[in-house]
Amino acid sequence: MTTIPVSNGTSNSGSSGRSNGTPAPAAPRAVFDWFSAVAALGVVGIYIRAIYFTPIERLQGAAQKIYYLHVPAALAAYIAISITALMSIVYLWLHDERADRLAEAGAEVGLVFLTVVLTSGPLWGHRIWGAWWAWWDMRLTLTLFLWFIVAAYLIVRGGVEEAAMRGRYSAVLAILAALLIPFIHLSVYLFQARLHPMPVVLKPGEPSLPPEMLTTFLLAFAAFALLCIAFIRARYRVGLLRDLAAELAA
Amino acid sequence: MLPASPAIEAAGVSRTFGRRRAVDDVTLSVPAGDCLALFGPNGAGKTTLLRLIAGLLAPSTGTVRVGGRPLRDDADARAQVGLISHQSMLYRALTARENVEFAARLYGVADPRAAAVRALDDMRVLDRADTPVRALSRGLQQRVSIARAIVHAPGVVLLDEPYTGLDAAGGAALTGMLQSLRAARAALLLVTHNVDEGLAVASHAAVMLAGRIVRMADCATLDARTFREEYRALVVNGDGLPTGAPLGLSA
Amino acid sequence: MTGRRTPGVVAAAWLIARKDLAIEFRTRTAFLSALVFAVLALCIFYFTWDQSVVPPADRAPGVLWVVLAFSGLLGLQRSFGVEEHDRGIDALLVSPISREAIYVGKAIGNLVFLFAIQLVAIPALAIFYNLPFGRPLLAVGGIVLLATIGIVAVGTLFSAMAVNTRLAELLLPMLSLPFFVPILMTAAQATTLVFAGRPPAEVWPSLKILIAFDIVFLVACTLAFPYTLEE
Repeated sequence: MTTIPVSNGTSNSGSSGRSNGTPAPAAPRAVFDWFSAVAALGVVGIYIRAIYFTPIERLQGAAQKIYYLHVPAALAAYIAISITALMSIVYLWLHDERADRLAEAGAEVGLVFLTVVLTSGPLWGHRIWGAWWAWWDMRLTLTLFLWFIVAAYLIVRGGVEEAAMRGRYSAVLAILAALLIPFIHLSVYLFQARLHPMPVVLKPGEPSLPPEMLTTFLLAFAAFALLCIAFIRARYRVGLLRDLAAELAA
Repeated sequence: MLPASPAIEAAGVSRTFGRRRAVDDVTLSVPAGDCLALFGPNGAGKTTLLRLIAGLLAPSTGTVRVGGRPLRDDADARAQVGLISHQSMLYRALTARENVEFAARLYGVADPRAAAVRALDDMRVLDRADTPVRALSRGLQQRVSIARAIVHAPGVVLLDEPYTGLDAAGGAALTGMLQSLRAARAALLLVTHNVDEGLAVASHAAVMLAGRIVRMADCATLDARTFREEYRALVVNGDGLPTGAPLGLSA
Repeated sequence: MTGRRTPGVVAAAWLIARKDLAIEFRTRTAFLSALVFAVLALCIFYFTWDQSVVPPADRAPGVLWVVLAFSGLLGLQRSFGVEEHDRGIDALLVSPISREAIYVGKAIGNLVFLFAIQLVAIPALAIFYNLPFGRPLLAVGGIVLLATIGIVAVGTLFSAMAVNTRLAELLLPMLSLPFFVPILMTAAQATTLVFAGRPPAEVWPSLKILIAFDIVFLVACTLAFPYTLEE
C-alpha cells in the first residue's frame, strides 16, 4: 500500500495564531499618565506666560499672541506626521504591527494639530489683514492640503477591514503623500509668485524678536512638542487596547 | 537522469488571516502524472490552500513549490500553472475566443489563435466561440473558463470545484481533458466535495478539515464505498477525530 | 517545454491595455457617460458666471481643468472594476507576467480612455467659450498630455486600491484629488499663459513641474502597485 506521507505538525490550532509570530504584547496596566500630565501643565504654563508675562507686540496688539498657539501647533503637526511617514516605511520593511499602530496614532494626532493651525490662522488673519483666508501664506495653504491628505489616510484606514491590507495601503499612501508635499509646495509657490507678489507682511516672531517673546516662543515649541508626544503615546495605547480586545473577542 | 522533483510541493504551509488560521501546517506533494483529489467541507481551507499553491497568497509559514521552484517570484514556474477557480476569471464583454486567445498571449503561446481554437474544441464549446461570454449560460462559461486555463498546455493544473455548473456533456469533456492532461504527465490538484467526480480522475485522495489534512490515501488501494462513508462521517460529524489520532491511510 | 516565450513588461502591458480598450469599445457606456458628463459640465460652467463681468475666454482654462479632473476620475473608476467582477485579476496574477506590467497596462488603457474624452472636450471648450482654433490650442493639447500622464499615474494606483475597499467610489476621489492639486495648479497656470499669448519661456517653469511630477509618480506608483494586491 503506497501512501503519501502527511506530517502532523505541532498543534497550534485553537490558539490565537498571530500571523507574524510576534508575541502578544502585554496589556498595559492602568497607570496615571505622568507624561501627559506634565505636558498639559507645560501648555497651561506657556499660556499663562504668553498672556500675562510676554509683552504685547507693537503693530498688531494682543491678537499677535495667537501666534504662540498657531506656530507651535504647526510644529506639533509636523512631528506627528513625520512619525507617520517614518513608521510607514518601517512597516513596509519589517511588517511589524506596532509600526502600523504608531503610524495611525501619528496621523490622528497630526490631524488634530492641523485643525488647530487651520482654525487659528483665519482667526488671526481676519484680525490682521481683514481677510479670513490668505492663499499667499504658504504655510497655511500647505497645511490645508496636508489636512486633506491626512483625512484621506484615515478614511482609507477606515475602509479596509483586513489588518495586513490596511497597514500596507496606509503605508503606501503615507509614502506617496510624503513625495507629494514638495510638489504642492512648488506649485503653490509658483501660483502665488506670479499672481500675488509675496506681501511684505511682518510675520510676527520672525527676525529681531525681543528676548521675552523669543523665550516664550521657544518654550511654546517645547510645550507643544511634549504635548504631541503625549497625545501619540496615549493614542497608541488606545490602539493597542483596541487590537488586544479584538483579538480576545475572536 | 535525475528524478524530477514532484510537480506540486507544499511543506509545512500555514496561512492565518488576522486571528483565523485558515490553513494549518499542510504538507503534500503531487508528482507529475498524478492527480490529487482534495475533499473537505465548506470552510475547510481547500480554496485557501489552492490559492497558496497558485501563488495568489503568500504562506505565513512553510514553502510552496511548483516544478521545484517557488511560484511567487518565479515567472517561469508560473508559466507552467493553470488555475480553474470558483470565479470564471473571464471578461464578460469579450467573446469566448477572445478570452482564451488573451490567456494564450499572456502565456506567450506560439500560435495563440490555433491554441485557443484547440482548447475551445476540447471543451466542446467551439461552436459558441464568437459569442460574448455574458450571453453564455453558466455551464458554457465554465467550459470556456477551463479552456482558458489549459490553453497553454500547463504542466500543473489547479482546479477548484471545476464540475460546478457543468452538465453531463461538459463534465465528460472535463474528465476527458483531465485524463489526457495526466497522460501528458501534468500534475493535477482537484478540490471538490463531490466524491464520485473526484475519485473518477484521481490517483490519490486527501481530506481536509479545519485547515489540516486529516486523511491521505492512494486511490488504487482505496475502497470507494468505505471512503465515501468515512468522508461523510468526518464531514457530517465535524471533527470526528480525537486529537492525536494517527494520521495515515484509510483503506 | 512548448515553444513559449513569456511576454516582457512592455508587451504584456500592451496586451492588457488592448484587452481593456476592446472591452471599453464593446460596452461603450462608461466612455459615453464620461464624455457626456464632460461636455455638459463645460456648458453648465458657462452659465455660472456673468459673461459681462468675466469674459468666457478668461474662464476657459479654469473650467477646462476642473472638467478634465472630474471626467478623469470617472474614467479611472472603471479601470479595475472589470477585473473584480469575475476575478480576472487572479488570472493575470497567476500568469507569468510581472505585477508592474499589470499596472503599466492598466495605466495605458486609462490614458487612451482619457485622451479620447479630451479629444472631444477640448474642441467643445473652444467652441463654447469662443477660443481661437490654432497654435494655442495645440500647445494646450501638449499641456493636457503631460498632465494626463500624471493624473493616470496616481489614479490607476488608487483605483487598484479603492476597488478592494468598502467605499470604492468615494475613496477614489478622496485619495486622488489631493494628488491632482499640483497637476491642476500648474497645468491651469500654463494654459492661462498660453491663451494669453505669453512667450514659451514663461510657460516653461510650469511644464518642468509637470514633467518632474510625471516621472516621480510613474516610478513611485509602479513600485507601489504590488503592495496593493492581496498577499
